[in-house]
Amino acid sequence: MDFSFSEEQLLLETTTRRFFASEYSFERRFDILRSEAGWSRDVWRQLGELGLLSVSIPEEHGGVAAGPVGAMLVSQAVGAGLLLEPYHSSALVATHAIARLGSVEQRERWLPDLASGERVAVLAHEEPRAVLDLSRMSTRATRVQRGWVLNGHKFGVYHAPMADLLLVSARLDDGKTALFALPSSLPEIARRNFRTVDGQRAADLRFENVCVSDDAYLSAGADAELLEVLDFGIATLCAEAVGCLRRVLEATIEYSRARTQFGVPIASFQALQHRMADMLIRVEEARSMSYLATTRALDADAGSRRAALSGAKALIGKAARRVGQEAVQLHGGMGMTDELDISHHFKRLLAFELRFGTTDEHLETYRQQMLAAYRRSENTSHG
Amino acid sequence: MDVNFSPDELAFRDEVRAFLRDNLPAGMRDRVRRGDDRCLREDIPAWQRILHGRGWGAAWWPRQFGGTGWSKAQQFLFETECALACAPSQLAFGLKMVAPVLMRFGNVEQQQRFLPRILDGSDWWCQGYSEPNSGSDLASLETRAERDGDAYLVNGQKSWTTLGQFADWIFCLVRTDPKAKPQRGISFLLVEMKTPGISVRPTRLLDGRHEVNEVWFDNVRVPIENRVGGENEGWTCAKYLLGHERTNLGGIGGAKRELERLLALAASIERDGRPLLDDALFSTRIAEVEIELTALTLTNLRVIFAEARREAPGPEASMLKIRCTEVMQRISELEVDALGARALEFDDSFDDEAEAQVTRAVRAYLNQRKLTIYGGSNEIQRNIIAQMILKV
Repeated sequence: MDFSFSEEQLLLETTTRRFFASEYSFERRFDILRSEAGWSRDVWRQLGELGLLSVSIPEEHGGVAAGPVGAMLVSQAVGAGLLLEPYHSSALVATHAIARLGSVEQRERWLPDLASGERVAVLAHEEPRAVLDLSRMSTRATRVQRGWVLNGHKFGVYHAPMADLLLVSARLDDGKTALFALPSSLPEIARRNFRTVDGQRAADLRFENVCVSDDAYLSAGADAELLEVLDFGIATLCAEAVGCLRRVLEATIEYSRARTQFGVPIASFQALQHRMADMLIRVEEARSMSYLATTRALDADAGSRRAALSGAKALIGKAARRVGQEAVQLHGGMGMTDELDISHHFKRLLAFELRFGTTDEHLETYRQQMLAAYRRSENTSHG
Repeated sequence: MDVNFSPDELAFRDEVRAFLRDNLPAGMRDRVRRGDDRCLREDIPAWQRILHGRGWGAAWWPRQFGGTGWSKAQQFLFETECALACAPSQLAFGLKMVAPVLMRFGNVEQQQRFLPRILDGSDWWCQGYSEPNSGSDLASLETRAERDGDAYLVNGQKSWTTLGQFADWIFCLVRTDPKAKPQRGISFLLVEMKTPGISVRPTRLLDGRHEVNEVWFDNVRVPIENRVGGENEGWTCAKYLLGHERTNLGGIGGAKRELERLLALAASIERDGRPLLDDALFSTRIAEVEIELTALTLTNLRVIFAEARREAPGPEASMLKIRCTEVMQRISELEVDALGARALEFDDSFDDEAEAQVTRAVRAYLNQRKLTIYGGSNEIQRNIIAQMILKV
């Protein structure tokens, strides 16, 4: 049991926080948010120069290899700072997927450009209810001579509009899953780009007889490996949410101390004090579950990993809903405005609840795990 | 960072498990499991003697006073394993409340006189804090102690005295200077329960049990040497005692045990031709509380870790108190919901195993309303948190 962080990990966190404090003001972010592209390639290259895009890259490929804990600390700062650039999608999930599932040749081909910020990659996986249950995945890859043909539909793929490389999950003829790395510019990919509720950019992608060559094939075809990539994505997204939650609580405390009504700060009202006390409890419990998700993210034992990750996503999802709502309520009318960052955090938290499996889906997954664990323990004690 | 216990910590846990397997008497264990409190007066000191025999009588005490000198993580593991094994709870009033005050504020004579008898289970202590008109506002207490030669004459009434009917000693907050500001006129006295003038009257609770008492003082003579700390400095002891347990170690193991019981209960009850545990609505409610208990456990471990590194205390003791009591109440609610209309039967018999199970669950639900009220009500805990984070 150890809840401390190494010097390297703390340095990574400080670097990220400094970047947000000096380079990513509310105004600068606002300009990016309103821009046509919805992200800044300058910001992206800056993150690359700071080494933050290579936290998921192994040392042998010139990366920082910060592991889940390092990724968690950076993600907390990313969530607090409401980064619009595709950090989670590209630098964490897609980069991890390539590092974990790619061949040496594929890793050498893509990782350096991802680390420097020259290229953006995203995992195109989400389909309705198919995030964790790969058997529901409808996208297919069929073997043809010297390559594959992809057919299917991916929904709400975060940061796909700015991606150079798509990692598309698909089911093979033999029932296994694989990832295929496609240039995003392929004309056969039909896309519909849109803004998300939290001001990020996403796309629905439609693949109709998209032909790819053999070197696009990216995994040994095991579901377990794809699930591990997704769990890394869940753990780091949880960490983002925790960073966001902490900022929301701090802002609410500050606001209630500064805002005067009836001649006194509203923080002096017990009805509000108790609500903020409850917000603190939820935020701290969310942080505890984020630590659990981080520790278990790469756990080889799929059962304990599944329960930890889904339990964390469900509990943090509920905290996100409750704390976000309370923060807006306690800010009064100011919580409703676009000019204050509280509403932007509120929407980021809403997006968190819905991404990588909703709160309800993870609660259901946890329930199944709980029942299975109970039956196993019953069988052991009776057998 | 790693939320897992270290190999050393796991080895320690296994040692505790093995000890419990070999040394916890089956009768005692079964009574705790069934909520049968008829042998409490015998079981609690007997278990304390067994633990003391192993050198584990006071997990929380430093070695110099006969404690184990264990780390907070070890204490956590010990308490959790004891609760999971259905060992009787060790009495907090002596071990965790008056003992730390004696170690911090008592003189050597008081330490030598009282601590060994707490450790070996000879003395049963109870707490004389609350009064009918002094609950959350403890400093308003009215029980008077007036100097009379080499003694105090104590008059007044204490209330909600848990298990006072079995106690040999009571530690009391009494008013020694009625003219001073409320906090400045209080002293901390140790009173032997058999002293003439003390009467104990049961307060029957909603679960039908006799757990708490009124303790009346009518010209009770207490030698001055039984005062801990200076005269009118008792509030310092009181605050120290209330703040001593930052980490609320006791609750987690009990909650885990109740959750295991809830799962087994839901698996054994048939609803619409299948186990209630397979009902999506009901098992989702269990899943939610299990996740909350996981979060609470990890938060507790984080606090323990911070404490070991002597990081500045924040509002975590209040946070843990609130959540642990809420989670325990939630589990007991679910047990009643699982039983459904069967929970209406409320027979105070331990003879029939199935009936005893039902009554135990209902009684636990009724009794556990106390959790969010005692030890500083959860509303007081929220005030404390708010004061710390809002600095108002």
